[in-house]
Amino acid sequence: MSAPVLIGYFDSEERVLEATRAVREAGHDLRDVYTPYAVHGLDAAMGLKPSRLTWVCFAAGALGCTLAMSLQLYTSVVSWPLNVGGKPFNSFPAFIPVTFELTVLFAALGTVAAFLVRAKLFPGNKRQALPRVTDDRFAIVIAPGQKPNALEAAEALLRDHGAVATDLREVAS
Amino acid sequence: MSNQHLSPLRVPLVSEPRSMGQLTEEICAPMERAPTWKWWVAFGIAVAVLATGAGIVAYQVGTGIGVWGLNKTIGWAFDITNFVFWVGIGHAGTLISAILFLFRQKWRTSINRAAEAMTLFAVMCAALFPLIHMGRPWLAFWVLPYPNTRGSLWVNFRSPLLWDVFAISTYFTVSAVFWYVGLIPDLATVRDRLKAGVRKAIFKVMSLGWTGSNRTWSRYETVYLLLAGLATPLVLSVHTIVSMDFATSVIPGWHTTIFPPYFVAGAVFSGFAMVLTLMIITRVVLGYEHLITLRHLENMTKVIIVTGGLVSLAYATEFFIAWYSGNPYERFAFMNRAFGPYAWAYWTMVTCNVVSPHLFWFKKIRTSPAAIFVLSLVINVGMWFERFVIIVTSLHRDYLPSSWSMYTPTMVEVGTFIGTFGLFFTLFLLFVRVLPIISIGEVKSVLGFARSTPAHPETPPSTRPAPVLDAPEEASAARNHPPLAIATRKDVPV
Repeated sequence: MSAPVLIGYFDSEERVLEATRAVREAGHDLRDVYTPYAVHGLDAAMGLKPSRLTWVCFAAGALGCTLAMSLQLYTSVVSWPLNVGGKPFNSFPAFIPVTFELTVLFAALGTVAAFLVRAKLFPGNKRQALPRVTDDRFAIVIAPGQKPNALEAAEALLRDHGAVATDLREVAS
Repeated sequence: MSNQHLSPLRVPLVSEPRSMGQLTEEICAPMERAPTWKWWVAFGIAVAVLATGAGIVAYQVGTGIGVWGLNKTIGWAFDITNFVFWVGIGHAGTLISAILFLFRQKWRTSINRAAEAMTLFAVMCAALFPLIHMGRPWLAFWVLPYPNTRGSLWVNFRSPLLWDVFAISTYFTVSAVFWYVGLIPDLATVRDRLKAGVRKAIFKVMSLGWTGSNRTWSRYETVYLLLAGLATPLVLSVHTIVSMDFATSVIPGWHTTIFPPYFVAGAVFSGFAMVLTLMIITRVVLGYEHLITLRHLENMTKVIIVTGGLVSLAYATEFFIAWYSGNPYERFAFMNRAFGPYAWAYWTMVTCNVVSPHLFWFKKIRTSPAAIFVLSLVINVGMWFERFVIIVTSLHRDYLPSSWSMYTPTMVEVGTFIGTFGLFFTLFLLFVRVLPIISIGEVKSVLGFARSTPAHPETPPSTRPAPVLDAPEEASAARNHPPLAIATRKDVPV
């Protein structure tokens, strides 16, 4: 099963922002917008919700913190209590630096791993970028749907908002 | 984004008008053309120095670290000085990337990639020293807590030296991840420019299938912000922990509570000096004067004025507290630093770190690349001497006059230090050749900074190219192949 998608190419950030807003207001099925750099305000224009990766970051950090503290307490208090200059075995403040470092390490690696999984980025990925969108073009991708004249209306809308070219492609739905 | 809500007093960050396409071309150019003879000369020298250093390291590992100038009194000297020096240099990269990102300092975009790479290479150089200092580097894994066959013997988590292991390895890992995540969109840009071949295949794997989708960009920005937020306290913690190697001891001159902030300020100071050294060379050699502008250099010199001031304040505070504490050992340690046998090193340090940054108060000096270059080298020398002074002068005369001693480095120690410069510059020169050294995506986002939006020639719909909806098959096939350069861009319908 394949469905046609309409791609509109733009050459400036301002135009792609306006066009994205217009496409949503007109009620078209906005698939995605492709840009060569992060355009601020585009999330709002597309109606994307804030990412939940912050929670992953917090959870991974908490895990790192717990593991680091447990490891240090187990090794220094339970498994091999070593008397260093008469200091207490459970010398809690001395464990803070390692705990801090491992918290940061787990949080950073966990967040990046979650990002790669969620965004489906992995080595050997077969996805191809649209022409020039990693260079100097912005592209809006719309699925026009089955309604009569939907395609023409969508194309006219993109052109009215300054699309430099449009393109129709069959994609696997 | 960038050109909204801006004061008209701001000046553009990219000093010459450039289109996005031109920018991609310019930044990718050094990777796509054959290296110049200058690059080969520089690379040849760097590799020769690295090879010499490697030979010297092999010799001292084979012979034992008795070939160093250390003695019973001075158990740490050149190696730890170099370790702290390189770790300090590594700080500016993450600082520029993370802290300036959080403070919305858009001028960081032209320099962050190279500064992060510098961080990674500097930390690699730094990590070599404790490794060699162990004497038996093949047993380096003993510093890691792992279940082993030596009974239930674990590492000592109460030791600042073990904190270092965790701090440096975490810092390296997080910096590398931060750098790589920042590279992904640019790797995709390079991938889409390359013709089929080995390099294209490598970039395809490394760019992980990046398409520039805004759903991905949105998450990417979140991740980048989180990483910046995590890296910021990490920068501060790493040198704090390094300073605790000294501050938790009882040696006069080391046992000082001011050490953590003092070390962090010194690290930023030396790191920015090293970024300046590298950036001034890079912008001239690669012709990036419009991307790494005088304003960028000027901003960095301002950071140097501030951190230089902090370092000077720390020197003064140390002296004041040594006197005010009424502790005769502490007082002696500081008098000995300034007027003892190593006074020459102390006054070199003061001249380079306290006096020289004040030249940056003059606008003429702050905007002259040649002057900044010379001063950045002076500061690096000064910061190396700072670590030397802290370590050697504190150890060579402590509580017991019977154990007083002097220290002179041997050729092996000097050679190892110079060898790490070979490693650093070899890696940096390779980096300039194989990866975009300026963040393409981020610089594009500041192209319009403080510039009014260029007036688009409004084309009436009738004169626009006809829709390519019913284009012939070959045209749509050509569309699947991204353009290779401006010259071939006319092949692409957009």
